Amino acid sequence: MTIGLPRALLYYRYGVIWEAFFKIIGCKTITSPETNKQILNDGIRFSIDECCLPSKIYMGHVYYLIGKCDYILIPRIASCKKRNDVCVKLNAMYDIVKNTFGDISILDYNVDNHNGLNERRAFINMGRALGCSYAKALSAYKNAKKADKLLYEKKVENQNRLLENNDKLKILIVSHSYNCHDKFLGYPISDYIKKLNCVSVFADAADREKSVVMSRKISDSLYWIYNKESIGSIKVLEDKVNGIILLTAFPCGPDSLVNELIMRKVRDIPVINIILDELQGEAGIQTRIESFLDVIKDRARL
Amino acid sequence: MKKIISFPHIGNYHIPIEILLKLIFKDSVIMPAPKTTKRTLELGSRYSPDFVCVPFKYNLGNYIEALENGANVLIQAGGGCRYGYYAEIQELILRDLGYEFKFVKLIGHDLHPLNMFRVCKSIGTNISFFRFLYYLLLVIKMVGFIDRTEAYIRENIGFEVMENSFDKLHAEFFGKLRDISNFTSLAHVTKEYEKAFRKIKIDKPENCLKVGVVGELYTAMEPFSNYFLERELAKNKVQVSRFITVTFLFFQKPRDIKKILKSAGKYLKYTIGADGTDSVERSKTLAELGYDGIIHVKPFGCMPEVNAMPMLNNIGRDYKIPVLYFSFDSQTSETGVKTRLEAFYDMLEMRRKSREDITKFENRVSWS
Ligand code: SF4
Repeated sequence: MTIGLPRALLYYRYGVIWEAFFKIIGCKTITSPETNKQILNDGIRFSIDECCLPSKIYMGHVYYLIGKCDYILIPRIASCKKRNDVCVKLNAMYDIVKNTFGDISILDYNVDNHNGLNERRAFINMGRALGCSYAKALSAYKNAKKADKLLYEKKVENQNRLLENNDKLKILIVSHSYNCHDKFLGYPISDYIKKLNCVSVFADAADREKSVVMSRKISDSLYWIYNKESIGSIKVLEDKVNGIILLTAFPCGPDSLVNELIMRKVRDIPVINIILDELQGEAGIQTRIESFLDVIKDRARL
Repeated sequence: MKKIISFPHIGNYHIPIEILLKLIFKDSVIMPAPKTTKRTLELGSRYSPDFVCVPFKYNLGNYIEALENGANVLIQAGGGCRYGYYAEIQELILRDLGYEFKFVKLIGHDLHPLNMFRVCKSIGTNISFFRFLYYLLLVIKMVGFIDRTEAYIRENIGFEVMENSFDKLHAEFFGKLRDISNFTSLAHVTKEYEKAFRKIKIDKPENCLKVGVVGELYTAMEPFSNYFLERELAKNKVQVSRFITVTFLFFQKPRDIKKILKSAGKYLKYTIGADGTDSVERSKTLAELGYDGIIHVKPFGCMPEVNAMPMLNNIGRDYKIPVLYFSFDSQTSETGVKTRLEAFYDMLEMRRKSREDITKFENRVSWS
C-alpha cells in the first residue's frame, strides 16, 4: 500500500515521523515534489481566493498526488497540550480537501488534546485502521518519534554551530517552517541572503522547548503553539543574530497579530516584515533584503 | 479619580452590557463607546496591523473614541479564532498611542462566573458574589429575550403595514429594559412586549422569499459592519433569518457542538474553527427547510469562514440553493454591497417565478 504525503504545511514539521511510521508498519510512501509553478497554479485553482498562500500550495500538492497512491495523508490537528492551539486552517484541511476533491481516498488522524485525543492515540488509531496491531502501531510510533527527535536535535546542533561563527552577519528568519523552507516561497530568500555573504538561521531550528518558555517574555496570553515557538526563538537567539526577518504569507491570520506584537516589543534589534503573496516579484523582495542588510552592516560598524 | 468604564459595540448588545455594568458598578460611570461611524472605522484602520480582520479595526476605533471621551477602564472579551488574541495587541497599540487606562480582558475560558466576579472586584465594586450572580443571570435572561425579539423583528420588519412601527417599539422596548433590576420586572416587560410586538400589523404572504444569514459573528451581528444588509433585504420584502446571537454563542453552541457537527452530515467530519462549523450546518439546515437563498458574511480573510466555503459551495450545488458571499473590510464599498444584494434578490425572485411557472405547467399537463 502506498501513502501519499503532500509536501506542504505540516509536512515540514511531521514529515520525518510520517515517513518513519509508515515504513515501520510496512507501507510505502510517495511525497510530492518541491513546490513548483505547476503545483502553485493547481493549488490556486482549487482554493478559495481568500485562503492563505501555504494552504493553497497544500491543495496543489494534494492534487499532484491524486491517482499516484492508495491514500493521501491529511492529518487534522486542533490542539496540543493545555492552551496550545493551532491555526484553524489546520483544523479544517481534512474537510476542505474532502469537499474540494470529492471522492479521493484520504487517510487521516486527529490530534485534539482538549478533547482527549493526543498524538500517540491518533497514530495508534491510524495504524490500526491500516490493519496493524495495537502493539505494532505503538512501537512504530515510538520509533518514529525517536527518529524525529534525533534528526531534530542534529538540526538544532548544526544551527548552534553556525551561530558560533562571527565572521558573517547572521539573520534570523522567523516564520512557519512551511514558509521558509518551501522551495517556492521562502527558500529563494535564504538563498539570496547566502549570496550576499550572510548566514540565515531559522526559528524552527532553535530549541523548541526553550523557545516556548522564553515566548512568555514577549507574550503570556498567546495561544498558538507554533507562533509561541517562533516568537520564543527570538528571545533565545537575540544576542547571537544581527537582524530578524519576519516571513509571512498573505493573509495569515495568526501572523497578522503576532507580527504586530513582535514589531512593537522587539526594539533592540532590526526587524523587517516580508509578506509573501502569489504575485510576488522576486526583484522587489531582493531590494528590500539588500537595504535591510545595509542597515545592519551600518549598525555593526558603529 | 472616578472610573469611567467603556467597551466596544456589537449590534444592540451594548444595551444589556451597560445595564449589567450599571448594576455592578454603582459608583462608576458606564459609558459605551460612542456610536460606530465611518470615523470609528477610519481611526481603527489607521492604527491596526495590515491584514488583520476588520472587527479588530472596529473595536480599536471604538476604544480610541471612548478614550477621547474620557474613558479610563476598557473591557475586551475574546475567544474563538483570532478574536481571542485581539486584546493583547489592542492594549499594546493604545498604550503606544499614549493613552492611560486599565484594560480588562475576559478571554474564552476566563468567562467562568467566579473569575468574572474576581475581575469585577479588581475594577472596583463591593457587591457580594451572590448579588453579582443574580445580576449576571438577570442580564443573561434579558439577552435571551432580546435575541428572541430581534429574531421576530428580522423575520417580519419587511412586512410591516405601517412604516417604522417595529423600530419605534424596538426603541421603546430598550428604554423599558434600562429600568429593570430584578426578575419580576423583567418578567413584566417580557410579557408586555412579547404581546406588543406580535400586535404590530404585518402583511406577510405565506410564501414570501426567505433568506438565511450565516457567517462570522461580528459581521453578522453588527449591522454597521455589514452595511445594514438585513435591513436592505427586508426593504425588498424578504424574511431574514439569522442564528448567530449571543445566546447561541454562549449557551447553545457549547452544549450542542457535537450535535451540530453530526447534523452537518457529509459536509464535515471535524470542527473547522470558530463559527465556520455552524455556518456549514446552518446552511444545510436552511437548504433543507426550503429557504430561497443563503447569505454568507465574513471579514476579509476570516479563516474559519473561508474554511467553510468549499462546503457551502457544495451545499449550494447539492440543494440547488444560491449562496451569496460577502467579505467585508475597511474598504468595502456600500454601493457595491447594495448592488450585489439587489442582483441576488432579483435572481431569487426570478427563480421563484420560473419554479411557479413550471408547477403551473405541470398541473396543466396532468389535468389534460
Ligand atoms: S498559520 Fe497562517 S499560513 Fe499557517 S495555515 Fe494558518 S493562516 Fe495559513
